[in-house]
Amino acid sequence: MTGTPIPHAPGFIANETPRIVTARFDHEDSHTLERYEATDGYQALRKALQRTPEEVHSEVRDATLLGRGGAGFPAGVKWGFCPPGVWPRYLVVNGDESEPGTYKDRLLMELDPHQLIEGCLIACYAVGLSQCFLYIRGEMAVAQERVAKALNDAYDAGYIGKNILGSEFSVDIVLHWGAGAYVVGEETALIESLEGNRGMPRLKPPYFPASIGLYGQPTIVNNVETLSNLPWIVQHGAAAFTAIGTESSPGTRMVAVSGHVKRPGVYEIVNGTTTFRDLLYGADMCGGIRDDHELKAFVPGGGSAPWFTPAQLDLPFEASQVGPQGSMLGSGAIMVMDETTDIPAAALTLTKFYAHESCGKCVPCREGGTWLEQILRRVVEGRGTPRDLELLIEVGETICPGDFPHAAVPSEGIEAVPFPYRMTTICFVGPSAFAPIHSALTLFREEFEAKVAGNEHPTMIEVAVDV
Amino acid sequence: MRFFNDENSSLAQEIIGRYPKPRSAMIPLLHLAQEQEGWVTDEAMAEIAELVGTTSAEVLGTCSFYEMFKRHPVGKYVINICTTMSCALMGAGDLMKHAELRLGVKSGSTTVDGMFTLEGAECQAACTEAPCLQVNYRHQYRVTANQFDELVEELASSDHEVPEHGVLSQIRQHIPENRSVGAVPPEDVATAPVWLTENGGNQ
Repeated sequence: MTGTPIPHAPGFIANETPRIVTARFDHEDSHTLERYEATDGYQALRKALQRTPEEVHSEVRDATLLGRGGAGFPAGVKWGFCPPGVWPRYLVVNGDESEPGTYKDRLLMELDPHQLIEGCLIACYAVGLSQCFLYIRGEMAVAQERVAKALNDAYDAGYIGKNILGSEFSVDIVLHWGAGAYVVGEETALIESLEGNRGMPRLKPPYFPASIGLYGQPTIVNNVETLSNLPWIVQHGAAAFTAIGTESSPGTRMVAVSGHVKRPGVYEIVNGTTTFRDLLYGADMCGGIRDDHELKAFVPGGGSAPWFTPAQLDLPFEASQVGPQGSMLGSGAIMVMDETTDIPAAALTLTKFYAHESCGKCVPCREGGTWLEQILRRVVEGRGTPRDLELLIEVGETICPGDFPHAAVPSEGIEAVPFPYRMTTICFVGPSAFAPIHSALTLFREEFEAKVAGNEHPTMIEVAVDV
Repeated sequence: MRFFNDENSSLAQEIIGRYPKPRSAMIPLLHLAQEQEGWVTDEAMAEIAELVGTTSAEVLGTCSFYEMFKRHPVGKYVINICTTMSCALMGAGDLMKHAELRLGVKSGSTTVDGMFTLEGAECQAACTEAPCLQVNYRHQYRVTANQFDELVEELASSDHEVPEHGVLSQIRQHIPENRSVGAVPPEDVATAPVWLTENGGNQ
């Protein structure tokens, strides 16, 4: 144990999969310019500069590169939403990774910052973005150091700034960093934060900051992993990218598997075809549940995602199949619960997260999240009543009216309600506070009932008064 | 009496100059203030307001939104123990109880000698390395009770490289003058960037 900063972030486990974004991770010096240049680094940029911006844009559109931040929107299509003739346009890099369970963007920033920088440059060239802001989460001191060093080196080497590699292409990349707020990962909140404001999401429409974003200008907001794919796509071509995975979900994805598995870690997997079972039980991946316990449930796509049970293990990493089954792939984060897990208590660890992280702009989220946390806490602590279980649903429905997405359990006759949810809030933070409660209550109601059995009235706290 | 020392004053100007609008420098400048003083003082906020052209109330508005900005003195080392799902599943609750006993303070408080502030934190993006914690925003992975004790002893001695609270990245971005494109207010840009028009397109 040491108090010094760990130079090499752990977490990544190499497996057989084609390696697109993690190809350099095995090298101790993967973050340096020397290593990057020695392994094809900045070759994609050179290649891009020999083609027209439209050609580069088409290549990315043809690759069907789905956004890796959570929403899964195709990056090439998003780029096309910039209104013609409105200048300047900006690029904002979303490196504010903080969705519960998610651990990949930090690895990409710490272990291969030049790959991200090259991705930013390709995006700026293709879409005509005249300045790039690389927003890194405040709590990531090491990532900030690695990216700052990489930016300085890339500027000195002529890859960033005026007349890049002697071309007409000129762009600055500015390192920006946050100060601790989950909601800033929402792209309009990210822009508010970058403008020096409280990080609250903007009212929609417009749905995409590509039309009105930073300083009211067209702005592309892309996730770190999304941008990190670009050098490979430009270097090898869209056809090579779509040859991996499926037609609607090509390429690879970085997925963090945490919780009760034998080998928790971050894996780069083939998109679209790899199943949850491959990932959780595969010998070259997580290797099964810890101590050979039974799997009870898992969160498939970050803390906001409705939960799955062993009944969904054979679903592939394919949005079109996971959605109708009641959840989402989100940010590539799987949290695994084995048979020993206290389900209501596990749900509480997520609900309190979203209650804590509510920005306070929308009343249903600000008030509802806190209520959900308080009611659930008393249930978990054995102070709740059967009525509290109904109350949880009632409060949840003020945030998300109507049927809430949840997983189907064929053996128990529960029909899937497909993702997404309807909501009374601007962003997903509010519904996310309800998602774990709804999933847990739908799938494991008996555990909640056991905790409130026999409690007719809320237990009052007895206060001893000495006079 | 200025708040920022000479070095940080010129650094502040450099940072502001990178943005098309000065207000965008607000969060980096609040970090710079916290780096200088260990926390964000009223004097710092007043000066930042002047630097970015707004009021100190606006600066307080932004400052108070973000968890990392402390508006009162905290320990030399802020220890954040993650309490969100993956860490909770792997024993973060016990680790927090142990930390409270070891440091003799409840989560959210600072030890009397001013060395440590203990906080429960939300997800720190190290979920596969649970339970994890951060010391001044530098990660420690798969922390056991014994390792926590060793960490505290090491921090209390001077044999480590963790900088004092407030210091984040120890490497600063530097844009060389001869390479800088420069930040232009958006209202001063009316045309497509030259590399788009050179290539005959204007998307």
